[in-house]
Amino acid sequence: MSNTLSPEAVQEQKPYLQWGLTEAEYDRYAALLGRLPTYTEIGLASGMWSEHCAYKYSKPVLKTFWTHNDRVLMGPGEGAGVIDIGEGKAVVFKAESHNHPSAVEPYEGAATGVGGIIRDIFSIGAKPIAVLDALAFGDPQDPHQKQLIDGVVAGIGDYGNAIGIPNLGGEVRFSAAYTKNPLVNAMCVGVMDKAKIQKGKAAGVGNALIYVGAKTGRDGINGASFASAEFSAEEAADRSAVQVGDPFMEKLVMDACLEVTRDYQDQLVGMQDMGAAGLVSSTVEMAGKANSGMVLNLDLIPQREPNMTPFEIMLSESQERMMLCVQSGAEDAIIAVFKRYDLDAVVCGHVESGHRYRLLHRGEVVCDVPVSALTTDAPVYHQASRKPARLADPAPHWQPVIDDARATLEALLQDPNVADKRCIFRRYDAQVQTNTVLAPGADAGVVRVRGTHRALAMTADSNGRYLALDPEIGGAITVAEAARNLVATGAEPLGITDCLNYGDPTKPEMFYELAESAKGIVAATKALNTPVISGNVSLYNETSGVAIDPTPMIGMVGLIEDLTAIGTPGFKQGADWIYLIGETRADFDGSLLQVLETGGVAGSLRPLDLVAEKRNQDLVLAAIRGHLTTASHDVADGGLLVALAEMSFPAGIGATLDVALPQAQLFAESQGRFLVTVPQNHQAAFEALAGPLATRIGTTGGADLVVQALDGRVAAPVAALKQLNLEGLACQLK
Amino acid sequence: MKAAVVSFPGSNCDDDLIWALETVCHQAATKVLASATTLDGFDLVLLPGGFSYGDYLRSGAIAKFAPIMAAVRDFAAAGGYVIGICNGFQILTEAGLLPGALQANTSLEFRCAQAPLVVANAETAFSNAYADGATITLPIAHGEGNYYADPATLAALEANHQVVFRYADNPNGSLNDIAGIVNAQGNVLGMMPHPERAVEALLGGTDGLGVFDSLMAATKGEPHVQHA
Repeated sequence: MSNTLSPEAVQEQKPYLQWGLTEAEYDRYAALLGRLPTYTEIGLASGMWSEHCAYKYSKPVLKTFWTHNDRVLMGPGEGAGVIDIGEGKAVVFKAESHNHPSAVEPYEGAATGVGGIIRDIFSIGAKPIAVLDALAFGDPQDPHQKQLIDGVVAGIGDYGNAIGIPNLGGEVRFSAAYTKNPLVNAMCVGVMDKAKIQKGKAAGVGNALIYVGAKTGRDGINGASFASAEFSAEEAADRSAVQVGDPFMEKLVMDACLEVTRDYQDQLVGMQDMGAAGLVSSTVEMAGKANSGMVLNLDLIPQREPNMTPFEIMLSESQERMMLCVQSGAEDAIIAVFKRYDLDAVVCGHVESGHRYRLLHRGEVVCDVPVSALTTDAPVYHQASRKPARLADPAPHWQPVIDDARATLEALLQDPNVADKRCIFRRYDAQVQTNTVLAPGADAGVVRVRGTHRALAMTADSNGRYLALDPEIGGAITVAEAARNLVATGAEPLGITDCLNYGDPTKPEMFYELAESAKGIVAATKALNTPVISGNVSLYNETSGVAIDPTPMIGMVGLIEDLTAIGTPGFKQGADWIYLIGETRADFDGSLLQVLETGGVAGSLRPLDLVAEKRNQDLVLAAIRGHLTTASHDVADGGLLVALAEMSFPAGIGATLDVALPQAQLFAESQGRFLVTVPQNHQAAFEALAGPLATRIGTTGGADLVVQALDGRVAAPVAALKQLNLEGLACQLK
Repeated sequence: MKAAVVSFPGSNCDDDLIWALETVCHQAATKVLASATTLDGFDLVLLPGGFSYGDYLRSGAIAKFAPIMAAVRDFAAAGGYVIGICNGFQILTEAGLLPGALQANTSLEFRCAQAPLVVANAETAFSNAYADGATITLPIAHGEGNYYADPATLAALEANHQVVFRYADNPNGSLNDIAGIVNAQGNVLGMMPHPERAVEALLGGTDGLGVFDSLMAATKGEPHVQHA
C-alpha cells in the first residue's frame, strides 16, 4: 500500500482494514478529528486502538479486577505495578504475552518477549532481579512442536542469560489445545527503593523528550495490530511483524536508565519503554497521562534504514528503545550518561501546551490530532456474551477405575506436564546476581532481597484444563494454585500480574469465557488478599477458527519475612511425620488423570471453597514460619501420590503411608491441599496449630514409596520413580 | 588484598564478584571499566562472567581488544594474579594469556547446573585452600565451555600440572575434563565454573570460598608490587 495516499484516497481505499480497524472505527476517528485522517494519522490509530494497546474488548472486564490494598503503591496503568515489601523496599512486577510472535518466529518472538517485560520493570526505576515464563505447547513428541519448544526456550535463555537476570522457571504445560497457538508469557520482577518510583509521563511545557537506545528499523511494523488478530493458516507471511532482540543493547540501556533514575531523580520527569506500537504508544501515553500536548520531529529519530515513512517510524517495534521526559536544561547531563554507554540518545521533541499530538517530518506536519483521540477516546466495546454449547450440558462426573495404581502413578510421573523440567530449565541461568535461594524445580522461585532479612517468592501458573470445564471456577483455581505454590515456600502472597490468553473476543462464546473467568479471579484475589497490580491481555489465540482453552496466566509474588524459614518440597530425613492438609474428594473432572485415560477433559468442577483455601494456606504459612515443618509442597497436577513422589525425589528418601481413601482418590485433584513433614519433636506444636485441618498419614524414611489405601496398596522404589520422572520430558523432546 | 574487577560492556557477574569479595570475604574490591588503562596498586585482577560486547563474533573475541587488556597483560607479565571466570576465561584464552580455546558445549545448549569438580592441583595460588583431589561443587552457567587445546599443548598442561580443576561429570565436552587451568608461571587462572556463586550457604553452598581464601593466603602480607 502506498504511503502517499491522500486523506480522500485513504477514505476511498480503506487501507486501515488490513491493519485491524473497522469502517466504524475509521468513522469514529474522523469524527474525533473533525476531518479526514491522513495516512499517518489513521496508521497511528490502528496501533493505538488495537486490543494490545487499547484493551477495547477487555476493558469492561479488566475494570472488574480488584487492584488495591494497603500495600499497593502503584496499580495497573503504568509499565508495571508496585507493592511495598517493608524496610523501605518495593517489589515491581508484570507479565506480558508474546504468543503471536513466538508462533511465527519462536526464537525472536520469545527473546523479545523477555526483553520487553524487562524494560517495563526498569522503566519504573527498579532493578530486574528475576524472570519467569509460563509456556504452553502441544504434544512435545510432535516434530513441529519440538522445533517450536527448542526455539522458544533458546530465545528466552539467550536473552535472559546475556542480560544477566536469573530465570526462576515458571511453568511449561502441554496440551493439544495449544498446538496451533502456543503460549509464551514472560514475567519480570524487580526491586527498588520505594521512594524512587518513576512514572511514564511527559509533563511541563518545554521539557524535552529524549529517545534512547537502539535505532528504529522496519522490524515489527504494527506488531500490536498483528497480535490483535486471529491467525490464518498462512502465518509465514506475517514474519516481518516480528521483532529482533539484542540483549547486549538492552543491558546497556538498562544500566544507563537505572543510573539516570538514581542520579537524576529530580530532573527525570518520566520514562517509558517502547513496546507495542513503539514510538507512538510510548509518547502519546506519556502525554496522555500528564494531560500534556507534545511535538516530535521524526527527522531526529535515530533510524537504521533510509527513507522510512512516518508510518513506519512511529509503528516500528524495534527493540531496546526507551523514551525519557527530562526537565529543560538537564538534557545534556542526561544524554552524557547514555553516551558513556555508547548509546544513541537524542532530544526528539518537547512537551507543548494544549492537548495536541503533533509530528513533523521533513518540514511537514504529518500528524496533528488530539492526544485523547489516540488514548482515552479509543473505542470500548461491551461485547455480547453467550455460554458455549460445551458448557451448557456437562457430562456426568467421571470416575476412574484403577487396576494398577503403581502403573497409573508411573504414567502420571512421565506425563510431560508432571515430568521433571530440568531439560528446559537448565538452559536458563538461574543464579546470576547471586541472590537465588530456590532455583527452578521447587514450588516457587525464591530470591533474597539484599540489605534486608527478606526474600521474594514468585511463580507463574495456569491451568487451561479446568477453565475448559468452567471458566469461573477455573479462574479462581488458577489464582489459588499460584498462592499455594508461594505458601509452600513460606511466603505470604502479595499480589498478582496476569496474562489473559483467550480466543477472539468478538465471538460471544469467547467473551463469555473471558468475563466468567474474571469473576473467578476477582473472587480469589479478594479472598487471598492478592490484588492485580499489572497485566496484559492476549486475545485472538485462534487458528482457523479454533481457540485455545481459556488460559489466564497468574504471576504471583510473595514475601518471605525471615530467610531462615523457607519451605522446600523434598523430604529431609527419615522418621518425620507426614501430614495432609485439606480434604480429598472424588474430584476427577478436569484432572490430568482424566486426560491420560480418556484423551481430554469432560464434566464439571466442584466450586472452589475460598474460605477453606485461605484457612489451609494460613496454616501452612504459620507452620513454616514457626519452624515446625521440614518439607512442604502443594498437591496439584496428578494428585496426592504424585505430590508425595515429588517430595521423595530430591534426597531419594521414601515414605510409608496409610491413607483412608479409595486408591483412585490418590489421583484426585481436590483443591486447597498441601503435604508437610513435621519432625516428631514438633508434633504436639504442629497438631495444636493445625487442629482438625491436618491429617497425619505416614512417616518418611526408607528407599520406597509405600501407600496403603482402603482398597489397595502401592509400593515402588523412589529411585525408579525418579528416573521415570526425570526422563519423561527429556525423552519426548529428543 | 586489593582486587580489581574488570567490567566490560556486557559483563554481568562483575557485581557478584564484588559482593563475594567485599561482603563475604571482607576484601577491598574496585570495579575497573574496560576503558581504563591502568591496574596500578592492585594485588589481584578478576575478569568476570557475562557476555562481553554481547559475545558477538565469538566469546571474548572483541573484549581482548578493550583498552584495559594491555594493562591486564602487563599486570600478568609482572607476576600479578589474574583470574578469569566463565567469560573471563574465554577472554584470557582469546587474549593469549592462557592456552587453548573454549568451544560450544557438545550439547550445543547453554548449561546451568551444579557441577561436581575435582581439585587437580591444590598447590596453586588459586587452590591452596583445597585438599589435593578434593571433590567440590560449583555452579556452571555457559554455552561455550568446551575446553580444547592441541595435543602438544594439552600434554604440556598435564606435564606441568597446570590443570587446576576437572569436571567429575563432564558437562560440556572439555578435553581431559578440564574446568580450569593456570598458565605456566602459575599466576593466571581461567575457570568456567563460578566460585563467586558458591560463597554463601543460603544460596546453596560455600565450596567456592576456597578460591578466594587461597588468593588471600597467596597475597597476604606481600601486596603485589606493580611493574614500574
